[in-house]
Amino acid sequence: MKSKLRGSGSDIAFNVILYGVSGIILLLMAYPMWFILIASFSDPSAVSNGRVWFWPADFTLLGYREIFKRGDILIAYRNTIAYVAAGTFIGLTVNLSAAYALSRRDLVGRKAITLFFVFTMFFNGGLIPTYLNIQRFNLLNTFTVMVLPFSVMVYHVIVARTFFSTSLPGGLLDAARIDGCGNLRFFFTMVLPLSKAVIAVIALWTAVDHWNSYFNALIYLQRAPELHPLQLILRSILVVNQASTMWGGDAVAIQTQKIADMLKYSIIIVSTLPIMMLYPFLQKHFNQGVMLGAIKE
Amino acid sequence: MPVRTGNSRAIQTGFSLWRDIRRNWGLYLLLAPAVVLLILFIYRPMYGVVLAFKDYTPSRGIMGSPWAGLKYFERFFNSYQFASTIRNTITLSLYAITVTFPLPIIMALYINQMRAKSFRKVFQVVTYLPHFISTVVLVGLLLLVLSPSAGIAGNLAKLFGTEPVNLVSIPKAFSHLYVWSDVWQHTGWDSIIYLAALSAVDPSLYEAASVDGASKFQKLRYIDLPMLIPTMITLLILRSGNIMNIGFEKTYLMQNSLNMPFSEVISTYVYKLGLLNAQYSLSAAVSLFNNVINFGLLVMVNQISKRVGNNSLW
Repeated sequence: MKSKLRGSGSDIAFNVILYGVSGIILLLMAYPMWFILIASFSDPSAVSNGRVWFWPADFTLLGYREIFKRGDILIAYRNTIAYVAAGTFIGLTVNLSAAYALSRRDLVGRKAITLFFVFTMFFNGGLIPTYLNIQRFNLLNTFTVMVLPFSVMVYHVIVARTFFSTSLPGGLLDAARIDGCGNLRFFFTMVLPLSKAVIAVIALWTAVDHWNSYFNALIYLQRAPELHPLQLILRSILVVNQASTMWGGDAVAIQTQKIADMLKYSIIIVSTLPIMMLYPFLQKHFNQGVMLGAIKE
Repeated sequence: MPVRTGNSRAIQTGFSLWRDIRRNWGLYLLLAPAVVLLILFIYRPMYGVVLAFKDYTPSRGIMGSPWAGLKYFERFFNSYQFASTIRNTITLSLYAITVTFPLPIIMALYINQMRAKSFRKVFQVVTYLPHFISTVVLVGLLLLVLSPSAGIAGNLAKLFGTEPVNLVSIPKAFSHLYVWSDVWQHTGWDSIIYLAALSAVDPSLYEAASVDGASKFQKLRYIDLPMLIPTMITLLILRSGNIMNIGFEKTYLMQNSLNMPFSEVISTYVYKLGLLNAQYSLSAAVSLFNNVINFGLLVMVNQISKRVGNNSLW
């Protein structure tokens, strides 16, 4: 706070409480993440002895070294990057073009087509019929099932549509028409270059979705472990393995358990850090998108 | 949000309608990929809901399998899981809404009070960040942090010299862990939409209120809060359409043999019946039942809000 002494006594008290509570919230938010980070650089026995509080104890890179020894993790990392790249490209193409068409008021059947999209947000065939349908198309255990069938994101379409109908300069279309420019050329040469903001938002959302999702892989890639994305491997390391207990006092078993523990911390960091690092720089775009979603036409 | 603007031009003569369609063939081409994908992969499975009324066997296909009437619905209603899955789904969902709906609003009002720019920015980045953690990592993080042997919970127990409790193994703690980890992960992010609404407040309102001697709290109550009501209603309607859809991803990951009596919800039950036990028809019946209730709730809440506040999704 700048030294503004205008405020009354109650306003000063208000500010003291405001920033005091904020400090507590910040601590509650940040500490669990910080703890995982420092634990990933600490020796497991230091962690279990309660010596890790604010800084790594008995510094080690064992957990990170372990990641590179696990072939399945590296393959899964590669798979996830491929899904993110292909999924984002397909998602942008499909959703942005649909959004532009729906933003045009002279589109005959606009209301019905919009309803056709929105209806799917609230009703679907359910897990089994959807699964059997994918099976019918012979898409089970393929790369395609991860990036194509479910690439229409109605919420993304709505956000982009709002952007197109509120942010494009009026009169642009009429001018282009006089010059004999068709809808397709207009979309690709005029609309897209003017829509970098919304392209960034949709691209980021789609990329994060693909990076973080495990549901589709769990359902549709049951017999293709070589196609498994990072999140599915993470599930087996972080969640399924949690139930396994240590066997007796066997020194080898203890060592194995120790490495398994290390791996949990380091893999969380390695799988989450790329997005976390990116976010503060892209914050503006993300937030802009949320706000576009809030505008009601 | 869905459009409300009708296309009045379309009602004009058939001639101009046809001219519009012909002139805009490019737009239909742009729509085609999304429409085709929705038809093939979202709408096509909808006819598969007839599975719920059939004795499905994979060899005979959906159409070839004999009709079973309401057999599978009856079987579900009479099974001992019926009461518990429905109860778990509803209680978890209502608990989640009552906590996670108001908190982002409070958070937004709160952030809006911060005048120190750089502090506010740090606060926002830190509270938004957990939103980007995947569900798998969140549950893994929860298990690690609460672990009595290695986590923060264990550390604190040692610090105070008490016996560490493993919250994850207490069945009744499931719903609290589920809801409050959600609060931790999404409250900051969900407040953005309300902050956007607050940024639209005309500053002269605050000045006028100050001149009249309004306290900070009064400004908050009488200027800020009313600004948020339209957004609140829209989001509440959307949430109510998902009351029965408690997230599969997180629930499934958080389930263990101990908390199962409290953590088995409809979506996880459908998954296990259908994909793990191959009881296709029963699974489809359960999920159809769920879908219908959901849709009914949405229409109902939307209708109420239309009557009360002239606010509708469509």
